[in-house]
Amino acid sequence: MKRILVIALLVVFGIYLAQALFMLEFGQQFFESGVKDLYLTASPLKLKVANTVTAIVVNFRGFDTLGEVTVLFLATTSMASILYKGRHKLGKRTVLFSASNIVTTGSKFLFPAIILLGAYVFIHGHLTPGGGFQGGTIVATGFLLMLLAYSDYKVSHIVLSVVESFAGITFATIGLFGLVYGGSFLENFLPTGILNNLVSGGVIPIIYIAVGLKVGAELTGLIYIALNEKD
Amino acid sequence: MEMKLFDIDIIEYGFFITAIALVLIGLYAVLIKKSLIKIVIGLSILDSGINLLLITIGYVKGGTAPVFSPSVIKDMPLTMENIKKISEGMVDPIPQALVLTAIVIGFGVTAVALSLVIRLYRHHQTLNIDQIKNLKW
Repeated sequence: MKRILVIALLVVFGIYLAQALFMLEFGQQFFESGVKDLYLTASPLKLKVANTVTAIVVNFRGFDTLGEVTVLFLATTSMASILYKGRHKLGKRTVLFSASNIVTTGSKFLFPAIILLGAYVFIHGHLTPGGGFQGGTIVATGFLLMLLAYSDYKVSHIVLSVVESFAGITFATIGLFGLVYGGSFLENFLPTGILNNLVSGGVIPIIYIAVGLKVGAELTGLIYIALNEKD
Repeated sequence: MEMKLFDIDIIEYGFFITAIALVLIGLYAVLIKKSLIKIVIGLSILDSGINLLLITIGYVKGGTAPVFSPSVIKDMPLTMENIKKISEGMVDPIPQALVLTAIVIGFGVTAVALSLVIRLYRHHQTLNIDQIKNLKW
């Protein structure tokens, strides 16, 4: 009975949603003159950042990104506090995988390459598609590979929290410097340089590298907590 | 290639149809399924449906990625007119930036939900929400 009711409800919901969406013409410009043009012209001309999405995420909506990073930090912290019974006592790893020789040797070989790719993605976040969040995730997948291949692989909690706090402090400090030198929080106060150079865009590469390190450390910590959860 | 059904181009509106289908599948899983793990999976399917919807709204026909790489600029001087002309063929970057935020938040929500599920399983030795009695009021 409940199932029929829910299906009927969902069908009605879907029909109304489809009607509303099919009124939009697919692939047309909905916003003829608006904030899109402003971002697309201000990003290469004023900020000298090639990737417009990075310019929006880090500069125009930088405060929002600071909140987003805080949410990620909150997720890690709450997961740790939900899963741990004792205070910071890491037990023996409870989730184990059997890995063959090929997997262990191959992951040892692949691990530096994955870390390098992640670092490349977040260092070039203002030039190519990609950025801090994507690069940080790639770094965390490298650690995940090592944790899956070796059952005794250890990630230092102290190093993770030092990297994470350092990156967070860098982000907030740059924002405060912008408040002092530029007039508003997270204002781009450094010289912006030339478009498509590695060192360009003022504070944007610095912030995105900090975000990349923070996201990488946080996701690695999340995976490590989930694998080490104590019974 | 054009495929018409009820005066709607299926290939083009396929993105909208897929997004709506993902949202409905996610809601169905959340409302009907008994296993907590399946409910969390439904939540993340719902997430990806909404992300696809936002990206589709920002798409411009034949548009390129909003990146001013050297191959796009092609030694043109950086003036307002040139940049305006290039940016006409680009998709809207704002939904992409919003979806970047939404993916990260969705990840955080899934991680916390799964850890709560682990905790509930430890306490009740079951994942069936009908058997977790002290949730009812």
